[in-house]
Amino acid sequence: MIDLHGFGDQLLQGAVVTLELALSSLFVGLLLGLLGASAKLSSIKLFRWIAHGYTTIIRGIPELLTVLIIYFGATSVLMAIASVFGYDEYIEVGAFAAGVTALGLTFGAYATEVFRGALQSIPKGQHEAAIALGMGPIRKFYRIILPQVWRIALPGIGNLFLVLLKDTALVSVVGLDDIMRKANIAVSSTKEAFLFYLVAAFMYLALTIVSMVLVSYLEKRASRGLTRG
Amino acid sequence: MDFSVVVEYFPRLLSGAWVSLQLVVLSVVLGGIFALPIALARISPVAWVRAFPFAYIFFFRGTPLLVQIFLVYYGASQFDAVRESIFWPILREPFWCAIIAFTLNTSAYTAEIFRGAIQAIPQGEVEACKVVGMTKVQMYRRILLPRAFGIVLPAYGNEIILMLKGSALASTITILDLTGMARTIIARTYTPMEIFLAAGGIYLLISIVVIAIFRQIELRQNRYLGTLSIKVPDKG
Repeated sequence: MIDLHGFGDQLLQGAVVTLELALSSLFVGLLLGLLGASAKLSSIKLFRWIAHGYTTIIRGIPELLTVLIIYFGATSVLMAIASVFGYDEYIEVGAFAAGVTALGLTFGAYATEVFRGALQSIPKGQHEAAIALGMGPIRKFYRIILPQVWRIALPGIGNLFLVLLKDTALVSVVGLDDIMRKANIAVSSTKEAFLFYLVAAFMYLALTIVSMVLVSYLEKRASRGLTRG
Repeated sequence: MDFSVVVEYFPRLLSGAWVSLQLVVLSVVLGGIFALPIALARISPVAWVRAFPFAYIFFFRGTPLLVQIFLVYYGASQFDAVRESIFWPILREPFWCAIIAFTLNTSAYTAEIFRGAIQAIPQGEVEACKVVGMTKVQMYRRILLPRAFGIVLPAYGNEIILMLKGSALASTITILDLTGMARTIIARTYTPMEIFLAAGGIYLLISIVVIAIFRQIELRQNRYLGTLSIKVPDKG
């Protein structure tokens, strides 16, 4: 058996942090993606511009740089805002919060494109039918449009989640105790770099496989109205 | 915010950008060369030939690039055999370790892109080759690979952009690429926002140039499809 020198528990704790980070960023990213897609399809030019700038910038700079900018930059931005309201104490942004913000922003930018495509593929008749039944815009959105968008967007969103899962490793650079940093700690005390990084790699691989299974289950579920059994 | 610090350190940021470009170009070229045999093996009709590229692609696409870099840079030196081998002068250098990790990583992604392109070629063209009496090598050299090249271009352009963004990870193993240089400057000046935003701007600029180049190659490569199917570049 592989000897992990007692670092097995630590790595598992890291896996929990990695999962928490990935799921929180997914939640933030999905919201941003839906907002971004709505803004891109909006009839108001300003919203379209903002959404376009957001996706272009976020998709054009490295994720690592986004993490660093948020981690080091958010502190000064938040303190500047707080001082306007007369609060002059030191504010520190934790690695987890910075990670969720950075990865959520990244996920949201890519998800915007996925949701936009899905929203555009809903036939106009669906909108008209919902309005004809007397539904308001909000009810129409979550009863008629969202379930269909979900089905169409799910494969794309699933792929983005796999990318997100791997990007969580970047947050270890700013000191979050995820799988990667736990492996770093284990390496610096045991000097067995290859072993621990390989174990970390296989942990990510396991998370990837589980996510893939889950996504394909969700895909089946979302399209149960279409497939004939 | 004080952007005079950006002006002062701009030459050093540019020298970092030059290192990033070297990393990207070298690993994309090497990765492209490795990707072709991997892709061809991946679509082999023989099951055990398919198995190795499948595992290779699955591993490199399923694990973070950061882990892969650390495996090569820190992991390889764990073994005395590696340290005493003739490869040590190369594996000792962070730059070459980054090249190795990036090449392995991008070749896995590129192989999948190539595979998709080769499989996207209509079956009729394969049959036509056989009818004309081409050998398998002739069929690949004259018809399938040139056709696949045209199909592959948009996805390949994306992969190069992803590699450019991935190259920022080289800064974690002490390489002074654009991100690494930015972090070094910040350690001295303590102006994280200004310098990181400037670095982000340079990355954005490089991405835009890469996208423009690929659009040109795409127009050229696919010109036989006729003017109708060629997308007119957006204004502005």
